[in-house]
Amino acid sequence: MSARERVAGQVANYVDERTGSAKWLKKTLTKVFPDHWSFMLGEIVLYSFIILLLSGTFLTFWFDPSMREVEYEGSYEPLSGLKMSAAYASTLHISFDVRGGLLMRQIHHWAALIFMAAMVAHLMRVFFTGAFRKPREFNWIIGVGLLTLGIVEGFLGYSLPDDLLSGTGIRIAEAIIQALPVVGSYLAYFIFGGAFPGEMFIQRIYVVHILLIPGIFLALITAHLMLVWYQKHTQYPGPGRTEKNVVGYPLMPVYMAKAGGFFFIVFGVTAFLGAFASINPLWLYGPYTPGQISAGSQPDWYMGWLDGLVRMAPPLETYWFGYTISWNILIPGLIIPGIIFTGMALYPFIESWMTGDKREHHLLDRPRNAPNRTALGAMSITFMLVALINGGNDLIATHFDLSINQIMWFTRIGIIVLPPLVFVITKRICLSLQRADRELVLHGRETGRLVMLPHGEFIEVHEPLSPQRAYLLTQHEQLPALEPVAADANGVRNPKGAKAKIQARLSRANQEQIAKPTPKEVLEIEDHH
Amino acid sequence: MSNEIAPLTDPGLPEHIHRKADVDPRAAKRAERQVGILFLLSVFGTLLFIYAYVGIDESIFIFLPIMGTTNAHQLFLGLGLAMSLFFIGMAAVHWAKTLMPDHEVIDHRKEQRSKDEDRSAFVATVKERAGEAGLGRRPFIKRTMGLALGLVGLSPILLLRDLGPLPENELNETNWKAGTRLVTDPGDRPLKPSDLEVGGVAQVQPEFPPGKERHLDDIAKDSVLLIRIRPEEFNLDPERLSWTYEGIIAFSKICSHMGCAVALYEQTTKHLLCPCHQSTFDVTRAAKVIFGPAARALPQLAITVDSEGYIVAKAPFNEAVGPSFWERDSK
Repeated sequence: MSARERVAGQVANYVDERTGSAKWLKKTLTKVFPDHWSFMLGEIVLYSFIILLLSGTFLTFWFDPSMREVEYEGSYEPLSGLKMSAAYASTLHISFDVRGGLLMRQIHHWAALIFMAAMVAHLMRVFFTGAFRKPREFNWIIGVGLLTLGIVEGFLGYSLPDDLLSGTGIRIAEAIIQALPVVGSYLAYFIFGGAFPGEMFIQRIYVVHILLIPGIFLALITAHLMLVWYQKHTQYPGPGRTEKNVVGYPLMPVYMAKAGGFFFIVFGVTAFLGAFASINPLWLYGPYTPGQISAGSQPDWYMGWLDGLVRMAPPLETYWFGYTISWNILIPGLIIPGIIFTGMALYPFIESWMTGDKREHHLLDRPRNAPNRTALGAMSITFMLVALINGGNDLIATHFDLSINQIMWFTRIGIIVLPPLVFVITKRICLSLQRADRELVLHGRETGRLVMLPHGEFIEVHEPLSPQRAYLLTQHEQLPALEPVAADANGVRNPKGAKAKIQARLSRANQEQIAKPTPKEVLEIEDHH
Repeated sequence: MSNEIAPLTDPGLPEHIHRKADVDPRAAKRAERQVGILFLLSVFGTLLFIYAYVGIDESIFIFLPIMGTTNAHQLFLGLGLAMSLFFIGMAAVHWAKTLMPDHEVIDHRKEQRSKDEDRSAFVATVKERAGEAGLGRRPFIKRTMGLALGLVGLSPILLLRDLGPLPENELNETNWKAGTRLVTDPGDRPLKPSDLEVGGVAQVQPEFPPGKERHLDDIAKDSVLLIRIRPEEFNLDPERLSWTYEGIIAFSKICSHMGCAVALYEQTTKHLLCPCHQSTFDVTRAAKVIFGPAARALPQLAITVDSEGYIVAKAPFNEAVGPSFWERDSK
């Protein structure tokens, strides 16, 4: 036994005698993970979170979360001698007088944007492949919670420096709080410690931003990963992959190297962005004062859709029985986002109710084989994109020389018309792709090779698919639609009649499919050739 | 529920194809060298970082295409850090892809559901233990416990009460009173009508008595925009017209939608635009909303001149300024 092995053995012995972890570790180190590029999206979220913790900790060493008025005396001359909050002054200090401070600020901001973008991409991957189905509903809900918290956390971080742009964002948030029926003005006064902007807000959101929400994040991410670990990762369908197995690479050494390496790649790319791509140059905006504003006020992209919804809202406000209700704020600012996020959280249950399918699923769907779900996803993305476009309507108007009113009307109509249109088109595309798959399996691949037959007819040679490919195109299930049960055998009416009818109707729409080729059909065609 | 159509037979995992480095020792050696070089690039990145930290002066700016003028110190710190991290990652991934085993492994999956006997044992245990607590047999404990647990949460909620004062009537009030002079912001100079030309705009605040300091809270509700147009361009009812002075009209600068500063004034159309949500107000018609999500006109401040010829408020605002709230009187 070499010296190295002896030392390793002693360490392992020491740990195991105290924790009894040898068996668990052995199992863990050989744990199998399926490999696919789209499984890296969630990893990017995790790694950006770590980058955020590291860079954020660095920033806290200098940031002063206080709205106390100070006179700026740092090295950025254009603002020299100006009165501003300590929060803004210390952010300028980090940017100009701490070596690497600006780099860290930019890394922190870029990592936040990547964090949100990767989270959305990961959510789409999970949605379109049906990875949220039983037994993974809990993890889906945790994911929706993380996304919601991420938006809040991002907004708070963006608000901390107390520059003119972020102060305007806080003002808008205050208006949303103030618009809440009954409790609005009280809540706003409690949160801000009095009239807006007060002197308390930055220090309050600071502790929420650096302690409370990151703590919740850490807990939720841990639960999320433990569930992935425990339930084992889903896998894409293909030869040799079934509902009863996991095909992939073991954790040690391949996955450790790949995932560990990927962390450094994500960090490296974020650092590169932080070095080369300027973001939130807040020294240009100046300190916040409620009487001023910078033109082209924009939130970060993950808030942009909300801002876009608020911008396109019709000017609706009611004054009933002596009370004012701002529907123009409540509907786009709270009610629609509430419906979207609640609907998203409930979707796994809605889908399983529509299909009547209560079984476990570990093999992912190809999006075309779930046309309704894919169409619903495309429709939701369209809704968000139209809202996001309107969130940047002022910039679009100035960059492309368009009228802001026209963009607003386009998006006001578009947000109602386009999503259903996209639903229908996407569903048709999915069904067409299913039809194409069926053709491929039955008649093979077009080779582009033309052959003249002895009697002069030209035909194109079709090549049969490999058994692997044919299997991939036909392995999916096609569930029959649910039948409405109006009455039982004795003629007693189903007490859940109306509900069952809706369920059956939805199920019929949901399970619309192009029948995949049966083995018999395939055999017949093969005999034919 | 079973699949109606049986699938084609599963041909099983495709045959494993060996990589070059698996069969050719020279290729394996080459891959090893590549991994080593990638790690060395990372080392170079760290050295660059250290050099930038101590060696590049913070006052040096360099010009780069696309990026423009940028600080060399920050740039090379970032480049060094990016390289030192990125190439560790590339080395590890390259190592894994070329030299570590690429045999796919099959692991078996169990259903999540526990075995039936475990489930029934669990139910039995819960029932038995819950029975031992005897909650069902002692309704008095059950009810008082419910009451206590229900009320205990009140204390922390009550503790939050001192987060802020009650709004009282503050949202309806500003510092504008009858006779308050309008002073420039910034500058704090009182204004005469002659200070503002036709087409001109000024941001003003109410004049404070000496010694009283202006806080952001005051600016957040007092900010007023003073605009001068030709008097014949007004399209106002007699009352509102009497609130103007020689073509000068004053509006709250705080948007009636969500409180942003309504800062964009277009001289030719006489429209005020809020840059936050593009609510557009027509100055000639008492800041009536002509586009966008705002539901109410900007509150108008009645102005006149005092005995010394300075512009003053004729009366306080007759409605609350800024965004709406539940108790707001919006008649």
